[in-house]
Amino acid sequence: MSRELPAAAASPLAHQFDDLPQQREADEMGMWIFLCTEIMFFGGLFLAYTIYRTQDEAAFAAASHELDLFWGTVNTAVLMTSSLTMALAGHAAEASRRKQTAFLLLATLVLGSVFIGIKGQEYYHKYLHGLMPLWGLPFEWQGTSRGHAELFFDLYFLMTGVHALHMLIGLGILVVLIVNASRGGLLGEFSAPIHITGLYWHFVDIVWVFLFPLLYLIGAH
Amino acid sequence: MPHKPSQVRVYGVVYVALLLLLALTVEAARHDLGHWNFVVAALIAAVKALLIALYFMHVRDSTSLIKLVVAAGLLWLCILFSLSLADYWTRAWL
Amino acid sequence: MTVISPSPSTAGPAPEQAPSRDYLSAGYTVRSWLVTTDHKRIAILYLLSITFFFMLGGLAATLVRLDLMTPQADLVQTETFNKLFTAHGVIMVFFFLIPSIPAVLGNFLVPLMLGARDLAFPRLNLLSWYVYVLGGLFTLYALLAGGVDTGWTFYAPYSSTYSNTYVMATAVGIFITGFSSILTGLNFIVTIHKMRAPGLTWFRLPLFIWSIYATSIIQVLGTPVLAISLFLVGMERLLGIGIFDPRLGGDPILFQHLFWFYSHPAVYIMILPSMGVVSEIIPCFCRKRPFGYAFIGFSSFAIAVFSFLVWGHHLFVSGQSVYAGMVFSILSYLVAIPSAVKVFNWTASLHKGSISFDTPMLYALGFVGLFTMGGLTGLFVAALAVDVHVHDTYFIVAHFHYIMVGGAVMGYLGGIHFWWPKMTGRLYPEGWARLSAILIFVGFNLTFFPQYILGYLGMPRRYHVYPAEFQVLNVMSSAGASILALGYFFPLTYLLWSLWYGKPASPNPWRAAGLEWQTASPPPTENFAETPVVVDEAYDYQRIDTLSHEGDAA
Repeated sequence: MSRELPAAAASPLAHQFDDLPQQREADEMGMWIFLCTEIMFFGGLFLAYTIYRTQDEAAFAAASHELDLFWGTVNTAVLMTSSLTMALAGHAAEASRRKQTAFLLLATLVLGSVFIGIKGQEYYHKYLHGLMPLWGLPFEWQGTSRGHAELFFDLYFLMTGVHALHMLIGLGILVVLIVNASRGGLLGEFSAPIHITGLYWHFVDIVWVFLFPLLYLIGAH
Repeated sequence: MPHKPSQVRVYGVVYVALLLLLALTVEAARHDLGHWNFVVAALIAAVKALLIALYFMHVRDSTSLIKLVVAAGLLWLCILFSLSLADYWTRAWL
Repeated sequence: MTVISPSPSTAGPAPEQAPSRDYLSAGYTVRSWLVTTDHKRIAILYLLSITFFFMLGGLAATLVRLDLMTPQADLVQTETFNKLFTAHGVIMVFFFLIPSIPAVLGNFLVPLMLGARDLAFPRLNLLSWYVYVLGGLFTLYALLAGGVDTGWTFYAPYSSTYSNTYVMATAVGIFITGFSSILTGLNFIVTIHKMRAPGLTWFRLPLFIWSIYATSIIQVLGTPVLAISLFLVGMERLLGIGIFDPRLGGDPILFQHLFWFYSHPAVYIMILPSMGVVSEIIPCFCRKRPFGYAFIGFSSFAIAVFSFLVWGHHLFVSGQSVYAGMVFSILSYLVAIPSAVKVFNWTASLHKGSISFDTPMLYALGFVGLFTMGGLTGLFVAALAVDVHVHDTYFIVAHFHYIMVGGAVMGYLGGIHFWWPKMTGRLYPEGWARLSAILIFVGFNLTFFPQYILGYLGMPRRYHVYPAEFQVLNVMSSAGASILALGYFFPLTYLLWSLWYGKPASPNPWRAAGLEWQTASPPPTENFAETPVVVDEAYDYQRIDTLSHEGDAA
C-alpha cells in the first residue's frame, strides 16, 4: 500500500531523542502522566459526590430516578463502541492501512458526536422539567430532602458537563487526526499520535463507565 | 506488535464483554439488593474499567514503569478519598 | 564526576568561546525568543516573568507593611488592604514561588545535568510558558480591574457567594497557570526517566535532579485538585451551583479539603527545589561529597509522598472532625522527619570540609538555619492544642515566611548566583553579592521574627487594625521589610550590570561537579557537542581537586 510521505520528514524522530523507541516510550509516559492529572481532577468531583451521597442516600436515589436510564444505557454502549473503533484505528494505523484508519477514526468521531447529541437531549429534557438548578432556574422538586436532591443535580450537570467538555476536546483532536490520516499521514512509524490520542479517549470512556452507575443506577429499582 | 491478527480478536472479545457487563449492571440495578446494589455496580464498573485499561489501553503489555504510573494515579485518588472521608465519616462521633 | 567525552577539554578558563554558537547568540530577534523551543531560552523567559511578578507581589507587601506601622487604618481603606494582602499571596504563591526554581533553574539545568540535548517535550515547554503568561494576564486584569479580597485561600462561602470582587477572573488566572505547573512537572518526569546520558544511573544523579523529580510528582498529582476546587468556586459564582452552599446541604469545608489537598503539597513544591539547590551548593563549597547522598535523595521522595497526607492541619479549627484532626496531626509530625534528615545531612556535610563563603554558600547556609526555624515552628503548630491558640495569627504568618522567604527565596537566590556564570557567561561582582546576602538575612529576620511574638501574643493575621500595644513589634517588622527590600534590589541591579560589565566566566568557575559544568558558559544551543558518557560517581570533589592541583603543578 503506497503512502504519501510529507516531503520534509523522512522520519518522525524529534531532535531531542536518540531513537524512535525512546521517543515512543516518552510520548506514552507523558500521556499517562497527564491521565493521572485527569484522575485527580475528576477525583475531586467524585469525592464531592461520595460525601453528599453518603449523607443522604435516599435523596440521591430519588433524584437519580428522574434520569433517563434508557438513554444513559444507550450512551454508555455508544461510548464503549467508540472505544472499540478507536482501538481498531490505532491497530490499522500501525499496519499502515490508510483508508481503514481514516474510516475508523471517523466512526469514533461520529459515535462521540452521537454521545454528545444524546447528552444534549437529556440536558434539554431536564431543563424542560425544572431539574436544571443552574443560572437561577427554578428547581422543581416535589419530594423531601430538596437540598440534597438539588446537590445531586448540581453534581449531575457538573460531572457530565466536565466529562462532555473532555469529549469535545477529544472530538477536536479526532478531526485533526482524520484530516491527517486521510492524507496518508499517521501511518506505520508515524502512528504514535493516534495511539496517544487513543489513550486519552479510552480514559474519557473509563470516567463515563464510573459516572453511569453512580448517576443513573441508584434509584433504578 | 506480536500476534497481529488476534489483536483484533482481543478487541472484539473485550468489547462484547463490556456490552455484557453493561447489560448485567443495568439488570442488577433494577432489583433491590439493599446495600449490595452499590457493591455490585462498583465492582462491575471496576471490571469494565480494568478491561478497557488492560486491553484497549495496552496496560497489560506495557512496561512496569507505565504500570507504576497508573498505580500512582490510583493510589493518589485513594489518598484524597480516604483522608477526606476520615473527616466526614467521623464528624458524628463527637 | 569524570566524563569521557570527545569534546575538547573544558577544564581551564576559556573565555574566547565562539560567540555565535552559544544559546544566547543563536538569534537576536524578539521572534527567535518567542518561538524558541530551547529549554535554556524558555528558562530565561520564565526568569524575566517571575521577576516581574516578584516585584509586583513585593509592592503589595510594601503597602501592607507601611499601613501596619500604625495601629489605625490610615494608608489605605480596609477593602483595599484586604485586596493587597490577597494580591500579595496570590502573586507570590502562584506566579513567583511555584514556578521559580523549577521553571527557571529546572528548565535550564535538567537537560544539562542529564547530558541531554533538551527536555522530552520542548514544544510543550514553550506552551507551558505561554500558559503561565496567559494566567498571569488574567490575574493582572483582575488586579487592575479592582482586585480580589478573599485572601489567597479563596475560602467558601465568601469566595463562592458573598464577595463582590474579581474572584472569577483571579480563579481563572490561577486555573490556567496551574497547567503550566503540570506541564513542567510532566516534562521533567519523562525527561529524567528517559533521557539520562549513558552511565548516568539513578544514584549518580545530582541531588538537584532528585529534588526536581519529587517536586514534579507533587506538581502533577496535586495541581489538578486545586483546579477542581477553583473550578467549583467559579461554577458556584457563575451558574449558581451550590456544592459548597450550606443552604443546600453543601459543605464549605469541602472547599478547604480540596484546596489544601493541593496547597499543602504546594508548599513542598516551593521548598523541595530550594533544598535541591542547597544540596548542590554545600558540597561544592565544602569540596566534599554530601553526607548521606542516598538519604538526601530518598528524603525528597518521602517528602513528596508525605506532603499529600497532612493537609487537614490547615483545617484544625475549621469544623473538621477532631479524630481526623488527630490523624492529620500525627502525619504532620511524620512529614518533618525527611526534612530533618536533610538538615542533618547538610550539616554533617560541612564537617571536615574545606569551606569557603562565596555568595551561593552564604545563601545556602542561611537557608539551612532559617528553614530549620521555620520547620520547627511548623512542628509547634502541628500540635492541635497549640494551633487552636495561634491559628490565623501572625505566628502562622511568621512560620510560613521563614520557610518561603528564609528558605525558598534564599535557596532560589543562591541557585541564581551559583549558576549565573553558566546561564550568562558572566561573573557577578562578589563583594556586592555578599553584602546583599547579608542584608537579606538581617532584613528578613528583623521583618519576620517579631511576627512570631506578635502572633503568640494574639495579633490576628489579615487584620487592618490592631491594638496599640502591638505597634512596636509591627514597626520593627516594617523596618526589617525595608532592609529586605533593599537587599532584593541590589541583586536585581548588579546581576543586570554583570550582563554587560561582568567578567566573562569560564565553563567551570566554581570547579563544581556535574555535567552542566562540562560545557561552555553559556552553553551552545545543543548543550553538548557529543553526548557525554558518565563513568564516575556524583560529587567526586576529591578527584576534581586532585586533578586541578595536578593541572596547576604541570
